[in-house]
Amino acid sequence: MLKRVIFGLIAALAFAMPMFAQDAAGPMQGILQQHAKIIVKSSRKTIAPAIDAVAGSGLPQAQSVLEAWQAKDMWQRESDGLFFKAEKIDSKTYRLIDFDSGDAVAEADKRDLKQIKPNSGIRALIGTALVKFQLNDPDPARRADALASLERDADKTLLEPLRASIASEKDPELQARKRRLERLLTISYDPEEAARIAAIEEMSSDLGVDVRAALNPLVATTLKIFPGDPPDGLNVVRILRPGKDDFSRDSAYTLLSDAGLAPERITSDAIRTALAENIEDGRVAGVPVHQLSDPAKRVEAYTALAAEGRAAPYLTEAEIDEALSTHSFAEIYAEPSPAVTNAAVAALGRIATRVGMNQTLDLVLDALSLASIYFLAAIGLAITFGVMGVINMAHGEFIMMGAYTGYVVQQMIPNHTVSIIVAIPLAFAVTFGAGVALERLVIRWLYNRPLETLLATFGISIALQQLAKNIFGTQARPLTSPDWLGGAWVLNDVVSISYIRIAIFGLALLFLMLFLFIMKRTRLGLETRAVTQNPGMAGAMGINPGRVNMLTFGLGSGIAGIAGVAIGLFAKVTSELGQDYIVQSFMTVVVGGVGNIWGTLLGAGLIGSLQKGIEWLNPSNTLAAQTYMIIFIIIFIQFRPRGIIALKGRAAGD
Amino acid sequence: MRKSFLAQNPSVLIFLGILGMFTLAVTVASEGLGLGLISTSFVKTLGKTLVLALIAVAMDLVWGYAGILSLGHFAFFGLGGYMIGMWLMYERTRQIVVDSMANAPIPPTDQEIVDAIGTQIFGVVGSSEFPAIWTFADSLIIQLVLIVAIPGVLALVFGWLAFRSRVTGVYLSILTQAMTLALSLYLFQNDSGLRGNNGLSGLQNIPHLDHVPQSVLSVWFLWASALALALGYLFSAWIVSGKFGSVIRGIRDNEARVRFLGYSVEGYKLLLFTTTAMMSGIAGALYYPQAGIVNPAEIAPIASIYLAVWVAIGGRGRLYGAVIGAIFVSLVSTWFTGGQAPDVNLGFYTISWVDWWTILLGLSFVAVTLFAPKGMGGLFDLWAGRRAPERHGADLGPDQGALREKEANE
Repeated sequence: MLKRVIFGLIAALAFAMPMFAQDAAGPMQGILQQHAKIIVKSSRKTIAPAIDAVAGSGLPQAQSVLEAWQAKDMWQRESDGLFFKAEKIDSKTYRLIDFDSGDAVAEADKRDLKQIKPNSGIRALIGTALVKFQLNDPDPARRADALASLERDADKTLLEPLRASIASEKDPELQARKRRLERLLTISYDPEEAARIAAIEEMSSDLGVDVRAALNPLVATTLKIFPGDPPDGLNVVRILRPGKDDFSRDSAYTLLSDAGLAPERITSDAIRTALAENIEDGRVAGVPVHQLSDPAKRVEAYTALAAEGRAAPYLTEAEIDEALSTHSFAEIYAEPSPAVTNAAVAALGRIATRVGMNQTLDLVLDALSLASIYFLAAIGLAITFGVMGVINMAHGEFIMMGAYTGYVVQQMIPNHTVSIIVAIPLAFAVTFGAGVALERLVIRWLYNRPLETLLATFGISIALQQLAKNIFGTQARPLTSPDWLGGAWVLNDVVSISYIRIAIFGLALLFLMLFLFIMKRTRLGLETRAVTQNPGMAGAMGINPGRVNMLTFGLGSGIAGIAGVAIGLFAKVTSELGQDYIVQSFMTVVVGGVGNIWGTLLGAGLIGSLQKGIEWLNPSNTLAAQTYMIIFIIIFIQFRPRGIIALKGRAAGD
Repeated sequence: MRKSFLAQNPSVLIFLGILGMFTLAVTVASEGLGLGLISTSFVKTLGKTLVLALIAVAMDLVWGYAGILSLGHFAFFGLGGYMIGMWLMYERTRQIVVDSMANAPIPPTDQEIVDAIGTQIFGVVGSSEFPAIWTFADSLIIQLVLIVAIPGVLALVFGWLAFRSRVTGVYLSILTQAMTLALSLYLFQNDSGLRGNNGLSGLQNIPHLDHVPQSVLSVWFLWASALALALGYLFSAWIVSGKFGSVIRGIRDNEARVRFLGYSVEGYKLLLFTTTAMMSGIAGALYYPQAGIVNPAEIAPIASIYLAVWVAIGGRGRLYGAVIGAIFVSLVSTWFTGGQAPDVNLGFYTISWVDWWTILLGLSFVAVTLFAPKGMGGLFDLWAGRRAPERHGADLGPDQGALREKEANE
């Protein structure tokens, strides 16, 4: 009896001793001591209970413990195995801070301490556990960080803490983010089916990629094979019948044989190998080798081999059908609840419709920006070709000259904003000069001989291109846009447009107005129109046709130079830059209708949206898009040979 | 009494004589069959030049005589090359595949051979299936027909669309340029079925002629090219000397008047456009086996522009002018861009002709257009004592439709 009492006492004491020690050191220290072994071991596989215990302790100091642990600030005193947060005093001495009280309790020599060094895997686990505390952190920045880490990588266990933290959130922006995240986590993790469905319905008008990322796993399917009919209780999408519904017999049988449910099919390679292995005296199973170039003979020989047991039996079509008919193939949702999957499918459908509408909008914006690029490239031509009727094949090279001017200016002026401001008038001046020189030296002699003009300007174009290659080399030169043109205007997750494209759109509009102003409101415009219509009569009225032609041609060329700067900002500047745009530019002017700026605008819009539209139909292949666009234009010219807006009557000239 | 065709055109006999003597001289000097004074690669260059002269004659017909500045004839040329290239490549690959499979224990089935050829040819574009356009690649006869049929049909369709809607002048030039651009962009794609930008290669190896060395083969091709040029020249001279030639010259000078006289302008133009496209296809089919490779870059619009440059420099509106232009410019080009021309040292800058030749060519082209619209062929007029009145390019009549200076001379 006494023995028993003593044993009992000893046992009780032995049990109470650590309790006693815990009490003395505080509750958090107790938890840490309980898991001391795995904390010191620091292995990602085994650490989970320790982190859960600390995080789930409900103690206010849990957060600081986890933070110290994560930051590698947790040390163990080797003399008694207690854990402390340690601060470095000097290279050898550390100040120990008790986790429970938060007071500095001792100073210790580094040699007496052991640092707990969690690896990156453990730190990530600690981070997840910390999120729960950080969601309620007084510092809004840390709350935002916690939310961001949750948005990246959510966890089932964090749904409840997140919900709990919403009500107390003061910052309205963070609260909105929390609500949104809570809905997404509800979709994925809530145990209540009804709550999940409600959340799915609620989020089905949201375009965010994260919503689709949350919904897509719900409708993920796997293709499974069942002997006989699929069992009840599975969330079946559909039953596939081999030979129907894009599910070929071949792929069905391959699935079967891969799963080991049917013998493998004998491929033609296997037949050839088996035949080659069984050649005897120039014959395989009685069939002469030279006859084996005939597939039917091969099968015959192989069947004979198989009958003799020297090869795997050849499967007949009937056997394959038999194997297929005894199995059924079904796509199964990973998500067991049909109600949830139905809701998710419906929601994804609604989202897809909205995404489609927004993509259309995005496409329209893209087409608009491409159209403004073409317009910009073509507006100079609208003057020289459209108004004056001069074919200038070197127009593309003027665009290139403008772009290179921008590049050279940028080499001299490092500030991008200033360099662009300098480059635009300079590019105008350079190409204006080049245009005037071209008009005086070459084109002047060739008015009324359009084919000759075309050829002579081809010569100029070839020469200018090679000149640019000689000066700047063949590699692409960068023309960097200023920082305020970087980035994009983001409307939502689907629709966005870069600022540089908006700027080009603006520039195109500006030039349209400039063109209209010059042609309709200035003396030069009046004289240009007069000279174009009837040079002799204009000359009789006191206009100098030579001077007017020179200036007009210079103006068209100068605008090409400015277009060059704009195009160079988003495309690489090479000697072939102009060549890439010249055919499209001429097409723009011709399709729009020669001699009418509104026609050019419409032409650019038509060509731009057409190209984007074809690219959208066949996104992998922009080369094909250009091919089909040109073919379309050739056919379009059949029906409106004079372009969209055709000049009529006397204005048409001929 | 009508004079005979040759009496009307003494230049044809002279041309054929010079061509025959040239071919004979090259044969005698060649490595393969003669004294070995000319390297095989130069014989090939000469053969290619003769073929280029043939397409220049075609270009002269359509531009110099009918006034249609087509920037698409090099596309037809390239298509001809592709058509013969398909057979050359298929047949040669088939030989290699059959040889390599001959040692296999089991003789291959037909399907296995075709599959192996497909893998060999299309492996480079990540495919092994034969596209539909290769259906007839195994038949030399059909591919030979396609050499003229494909460019012919393309020219027929395009020409019908363009001439029907009365697209003329520079618009037509731009439209043909667009067609060329579209075709080359299409061929640049890997899934066009013609090996994308790799093109067709190894065409200098003629199947079943492995025992013939390249030095002999090059002379054979030179003969074929000379024969094609001679026949093409004769045919063109015959076309332009008859009534057909008068009508197309009339179309060039004033289309509306010819139409009002009751001629079907569109029909004449279409016939000429299609015929010259076929000539270009034949020229291409002779060119690319000598060049060894055909790829979409050959079809790019710039090639057709160079073609116009040759004809303009040689002198359009006369067949020998086109031949002279093509031979002169392409040989001089080869000389300059081949690095054989001596660099010019200006003291502060050294002009390297590899870089500066194109500029010289472009500027001389401008100069020819401005100062010598008759091109090098005009030199023969000087020699023959025919000089035009000096009018500084002004019209002879009151409006744009009137005869111009250069036309009044012909």
